Amino acid sequence: MIEKQETVVIASQDELLKKVAEMSSSGFRLVLISCTKLNHFQIDYTFDKNYEFKNLRFYVPVEKPEMKSISSVFMSAFTYENEIHDLFGIEVHGLNINYGGKFYRINIKAPFSTLKKTVTSAAVEEGKK
Amino acid sequence: MPKRTIIPFGPQHPVLPEPIHLDLAIRDEKVVEAIPSLGFIHRGLELLVDKKDFNDMAFVAERICGICSFIHGQGYCQGIEEIMNVQIPDRAKYLRTIWAELSRIHSHILWLGLAADAAGFESLFMHSWRVREKILDIFEETTGGRVIFGVNKVGGVKKNIENDVLERIVRTLKDMEAEFKPLANVFIDDYSIKHRFSNVGMLSKEDAYKLGAVGPVLRGSGVSIDMRKIGYAAYKELNFEPIVENSCDCYARTIVRVREVYQSVDLIKQAVDKIPEGPTDQKVTGFPNGEFFSRLEQPRGEVVYYMRGNGTKNLDRYRVRTPTFANIAPLVKMLEGCDLADVPVIILTIDPCISCTER
Amino acid sequence: MAINPFVKMTSTVIKHLLGPTACKMYPVEKPVFFANTRGHIGIETNKCILCTLCAKKCPTYAIQVDKPGKAWKIERTKCIMCLACVASCPKKCLTSENQYSAPVTVKVVETFNIEPPPPPKATETCPGKE
Repeated sequence: MIEKQETVVIASQDELLKKVAEMSSSGFRLVLISCTKLNHFQIDYTFDKNYEFKNLRFYVPVEKPEMKSISSVFMSAFTYENEIHDLFGIEVHGLNINYGGKFYRINIKAPFSTLKKTVTSAAVEEGKK
Repeated sequence: MPKRTIIPFGPQHPVLPEPIHLDLAIRDEKVVEAIPSLGFIHRGLELLVDKKDFNDMAFVAERICGICSFIHGQGYCQGIEEIMNVQIPDRAKYLRTIWAELSRIHSHILWLGLAADAAGFESLFMHSWRVREKILDIFEETTGGRVIFGVNKVGGVKKNIENDVLERIVRTLKDMEAEFKPLANVFIDDYSIKHRFSNVGMLSKEDAYKLGAVGPVLRGSGVSIDMRKIGYAAYKELNFEPIVENSCDCYARTIVRVREVYQSVDLIKQAVDKIPEGPTDQKVTGFPNGEFFSRLEQPRGEVVYYMRGNGTKNLDRYRVRTPTFANIAPLVKMLEGCDLADVPVIILTIDPCISCTER
Repeated sequence: MAINPFVKMTSTVIKHLLGPTACKMYPVEKPVFFANTRGHIGIETNKCILCTLCAKKCPTYAIQVDKPGKAWKIERTKCIMCLACVASCPKKCLTSENQYSAPVTVKVVETFNIEPPPPPKATETCPGKE
């Protein structure tokens, strides 16, 4: 085991903002905000202080994809949240710098929101060409 | 009241190695605000987890970037080994450490050449890249390729380096260090480089920590954080301290990188003295089921991988957060209030590797 | 102190002007590769038994084996030299050569015709060389 990693699941949006403000005042720095598409969207906020690793996890349902931004506490979160908006199509409210979908200049809207979980044989044949 | 003009910088610019776009709002030759925008080289590599199984994703992971390719492959294989609870042999850990430190030396010498080119000093750029060729020859002799190695796999490494080849590598590095020393002294002492790089791109200690800077940008502002101290691969048994400088400007970040080259040569010598005998790989059966955040130290800073497997041969998610992505917010802060002529130098001191950032 | 940088600069200039060049005179002097260099895949056609294991292991689908037509095809521009085929061949007829394949203007598929060795009980004549 290289290092211990603990994950805490947060139930509601307001509790998340409170916990993030606690992290900032106790000296943690923001490492990563990532998003995974399973049957719902799973958002992970990762913090680090003196090589100690803490992870907060929050779920967003697919029917109502929106979340509040933490850029009022951590200013550098705007890059991660704009990327989540551009690639997954989740609306983020309260961003300090909002690119409105133009952070990543790509043609398809929200390409990662259609992550398929099974590989069909048609896709394998497509790869052989 | 002077008007504000907007100047577009990039994606095509002689000083940028890779395409990034910045809109600079300037007033009377001083930059007031900088707004970055990405997406010129987005290949969507993370979507390939649906098509390739978890062993073949090691090849995709290596091809995210050309300069830092070994450490991307190492981070991926390390994460999958942690999820599947595989213990790799000690010799494989030491070999991975030796190749990773050689990668760090070649990346820093490449950056020193690019920094000299941004300042207009082209002959220093050519000399730095000539010194770097010795390292690329070591890579070709031991792994078969100069840029993309193909030597990491889940369970260990594919090729072995014999002990007499290791001794020869240490002697070659000593010759390279002797050739590198006059070039490094130019970076440290030369009057024109000192003038161009000092007091430019200031980033205070608080700002660097709060805005999430990583790597030499953070260590050049006086904060001592280096991910190698976590102790992955063979770093637990090696003896080193993170290199820190305190003057918070571009000159400090240059000095950090020069001193890291000497530190890596010393780490390789320590590893070659301590390397044990044994096999170089471990057979792996089954499929990964679980998740892990794998954190490593690339030449440019801290890189984080998130991998999640669900028991089938395709992973659920593979997310890469590279150090240049984390350094974009400090870059926006550094560019406020600087002169227009200093913008290329400041962008190059964060060591932008945009193909890693946008995968 | 003013004379010292001038002397250093002159000696550096003379050393690089009259010394050996850092670059190879490429078309005149051929490059020498190392033994481990991964250049291209070579096949010994008289050992191949058309088992298609190499085609199954290839991650980029660069190798195609045509069993009824008795041919082994490789598209050189797709091959990433991962050497998975070399490791998985049961008869050890695939090798990694250290010369790089030549640059092309049109992507072609190289075909090798295979004469599998005769089954052990059958005949006393040798298989034909291709």
